Amino acid sequence: MITTLKDTTAQGIQNAIMAARESVGAASGMVFTLLVDTPAAEYDEVFDACVEAGREHPSRIIVTTDGSAKADRLDAELHIGDEVPGEIISLRFHGEVAHHKSSTLLPLLLPDSPVIAWWPREAPEPVSEDPLGSLAQRRITDAMGSTDPLGRLLARAEGLAAGDTDLTWTRLTPWRALLAAALDTHQAPVVGATVEAAEHNAAGLLLAAWLGSRLGLDAAFVTSDGPGITSVRLATAEGDIVLERGDGKMATFTAPRTPPRSVALRRREISALITEELRRLDTDKVFQQSMACLASNVRRNNGGA
Amino acid sequence: MTDTYVNPLRDASDRRLPRVAGPCALVMFGVTGDLAQKKLLPAIYDLANRGLLPPGFSLVGYGRRDWDDEQFTDYVLESVKQRARTPFRAEVWRQLAEGIRFVTGGFDSDEGFQALKETLREVDETQGTEGNHAFYLSIPPAGFDQVIEQLRRHGLVDKSKNTPWNRVVIEKPFGHDLASARELEEKVSSVFNSDSVFRIDHYLGKETVQNMLALRFANQLFEPLWNRNYVSHVQITMAEDIGIGGRAGYYDGIGAARDVIQNHLLQLLALVAMEEPASFEAGNLRAEKEKVLAAARAPINLKSHTARGQYTAGWAGGQKVKGYLEEDGIAPDSQTETYAAFRVDIDNRRWAGRPFYLRAAKRMPRRVTEIALMLRPAPHLPFHLSDTEQLGANALVLRIQPNEGITMRFGAKVPATQMEIRDVTMDFNYGTSFAESSPEAYERLILDVLLGDPPLFPQHTEVELSWKILDPILDYWADKDHQPEGYAAGTWGPASGRAMLERDGFTWRRP
Repeated sequence: MITTLKDTTAQGIQNAIMAARESVGAASGMVFTLLVDTPAAEYDEVFDACVEAGREHPSRIIVTTDGSAKADRLDAELHIGDEVPGEIISLRFHGEVAHHKSSTLLPLLLPDSPVIAWWPREAPEPVSEDPLGSLAQRRITDAMGSTDPLGRLLARAEGLAAGDTDLTWTRLTPWRALLAAALDTHQAPVVGATVEAAEHNAAGLLLAAWLGSRLGLDAAFVTSDGPGITSVRLATAEGDIVLERGDGKMATFTAPRTPPRSVALRRREISALITEELRRLDTDKVFQQSMACLASNVRRNNGGA
Repeated sequence: MTDTYVNPLRDASDRRLPRVAGPCALVMFGVTGDLAQKKLLPAIYDLANRGLLPPGFSLVGYGRRDWDDEQFTDYVLESVKQRARTPFRAEVWRQLAEGIRFVTGGFDSDEGFQALKETLREVDETQGTEGNHAFYLSIPPAGFDQVIEQLRRHGLVDKSKNTPWNRVVIEKPFGHDLASARELEEKVSSVFNSDSVFRIDHYLGKETVQNMLALRFANQLFEPLWNRNYVSHVQITMAEDIGIGGRAGYYDGIGAARDVIQNHLLQLLALVAMEEPASFEAGNLRAEKEKVLAAARAPINLKSHTARGQYTAGWAGGQKVKGYLEEDGIAPDSQTETYAAFRVDIDNRRWAGRPFYLRAAKRMPRRVTEIALMLRPAPHLPFHLSDTEQLGANALVLRIQPNEGITMRFGAKVPATQMEIRDVTMDFNYGTSFAESSPEAYERLILDVLLGDPPLFPQHTEVELSWKILDPILDYWADKDHQPEGYAAGTWGPASGRAMLERDGFTWRRP
C-alpha cells in the first residue's frame, strides 16, 4: 500500500502509518530503523537496494532526499505492506526544511531499538557528527560508491568513531575468511605479504593494512590491471600461500604441499553487503585497527615519496 | 595441531569472519536416497555458495549405481538446481564439481571399499583434502554395522590418530530400544572416537536449540516462571499432517514413539526442563541434559497415562485419504501406532509434581511442533465469576515449526464492556524480526561435522537415557498386544489421548 502525503509533518506521517497499519492488518516486528540519505539522482537505485535490505531485515527504512521545489515543505511517500515486511518511508525535503531533517526524523525513529544510518554514495565527514549520523548508533558508508574511494576512505580513517563502518571492509570478508582459514591449516609463521590490486584500489589497500596489522609486518601493495583485488600472497618458510583472482569471480588457491584449487570468490552486490553489515550492530574493533594501520601506511608512503 | 599455535589473522572480536571448514572429503553413503537428494546435496552447495567450504574439498558418492564421476556430477547438479536455497552460480558449481567422485559398490563389496580407498587417496592428492574424511551414512540402520565394519577392515578409519581426522554421521533411529542402542554404540565406538560420531536428529536443528537457550538463559523475564511454582504442566506436541507416504517399509513396526518421541520430543523436553549449564560448551550442555533425562521417568500408571492410536480413512484438510492399514505395504493387522502420547514425570526440585505430556502423531489437522508451558491460574481473581468465564490458563508457547517463534497468552479486558476478560495472544516470529533466513538444519550440521565442532546433538548417554524412559511404555504396549485405538485422519487424535489429560484435570491445547 502506497500513501502519498504532500506538505506534511512528522505528526502527519505517524498518523498515516497508523492508518495504513490498521488497514493492512500487519503486526509490526520491526527490529531497527534504517536512515538512508541519497541524492535525488540516485533515488531509484537506492530505493531498490532498500527494498532488498527490508526483505532481509524487517525494519522502518527512511529514505531522505533533497527536493527542488521553491517552497519550504516536506513531502512523504509511505510503502507499507506491499513489497517488504517492514515500512519504507521516502521523505523529500524542500527549501528550508532540508536544513532541519533531524527534527522530522527524531519522532519517526522506532522506540527502543537501534538506529542505523547508511550513505550509499557520498557521505559527510565525519559521519558521526552529521545531524543524521548523530541520530544513529551505527553508520555505514561506502567509499567505493563515491567518486574518490581512496580519498574518502582515508578521510574516514582520520575521523573514525565507534559504530562507523564502511562497505569497503565488508567487501573483504570472503578474502579474509579464506586467508584466515589458510593459516588454520598452514601453521607456519608468515614472513611477508603482498596484495595486488588495481591502482589506488581502496579495498586492496585496506586488505594490505589488515594483513600488516595482524601479521606485524609491512604488507606490500602492487598495482595490477584489476578488476579490484587480483591476488594476495603470504610468504612462509614452507612456501607461499597464494589466492589469485583474475576475473573478479573465480580464484585459484595455492599453498605448500597442496595442489592448486579453484574457489568461487565473487564480487558481491550491495544488498548482500548491507545484509552482512546489518547482522552485527556492535563496534568492529578489527576494522578500526585496520583503518588506523591504513592511515599510517599512507602517511608514511606520502612522506617518503 | 599444536595447542600453542595462534592464527594471527583471527581475533575473537572479529565477529564477521566466518569459520571456513578445513580441507576434507565428504563421503556419502545413500546418495540416491530421498534425504540426500532433497536436503544433503543442496545443503553442500549452499555451504559452498556462502563461502564456507574450503578450496580443498571433495564429495565422494558411494552406491550400487553403475555411475561414473560425470553421471554422479549430473545427478548432484540436478538436485542442487531443484532444491538449493541460494541462487545458482556457475563459478561456485565449478569449484564444487572439480572434487566430485563416484565409487560403485555395495555395502558388502570388498572391491567397492578398496576402490573407495583408492579414490580417497586420489582426491587427497589432486584436491588437497589432506586425508581428512567424513563419512555420512544416509542409509537404513540395518546397513550401519556393515558399512562401519567395512571402513575398519579396509583401513579407511584410524581411531588412534587425530590428524588427519575421520568422522562419521549417523541418523536416527539410534536403535529400537535400549539393548539395540547399546549394541549399535559398541559397534560405532569400536571404530570411531566418541567425539568423532555425529548423531543427527534432522528435526532439531542447531538453530532451534540455540534459540531456546537464548530465550531461557539470556532473559530475566521468563526464568522466574520456569518452575513448578508457576507452571501447572507442559505440553510438547509434534503433529504432522501427512500420512506415512512412501515410508511404509521404515515406519511399520517402528511407530510414532520410536520414530520421533525417543529422539526429538525427549530432546525438546531436556532443553526446556534442564538447569542452566555452566557454559554453552558442548560438554556442559550435555551434562545438564543428561541430568534432567536421568531424573525423568515414564508414568507410574501406564494404563492411565499413555495413549496410542492409528489413523483411519477420512478427510484431512479437504482431501480424502487412506487409513493406516490400507496404506501400501502395511499389513492389515499392523499394530504400529501413528499417534503416541504419554506423560513424563521429572523428579527434581524444579519440576516435581508437574507433568510433561508428550504427543507425536501423523495425519493431524496441521503440521506443528511446539512446547507449551501452561501456567497455573492466578491464586485469586478479584472479579465476578462471570467476568472471567472466558479466561483460560496463561500460556507461554515456544513454536518450533512452522514459523519458529514465541506466543504468550494472557487475559485482557474486552474494551467497552463493564469487566469482561478474555484471552489474547502476543506473538513473536523469528521470521519477521530477522528475515536473515536461518540456515537449513543440514547446512549447520554438515559444517559442524567438517569443522569438528562438538555437536549439540545427543551423545550416546542421552540416547540411552531416552530409551530408559521409553522402554517401559513400549513394553507395556507390546504386552497388551491389541490394536491401537482408531482416530479419523485429519483430527486431533483418539479419545484415549484426551482422557489421559482429563484424568489430571487438563486438556490438550489446540496448537
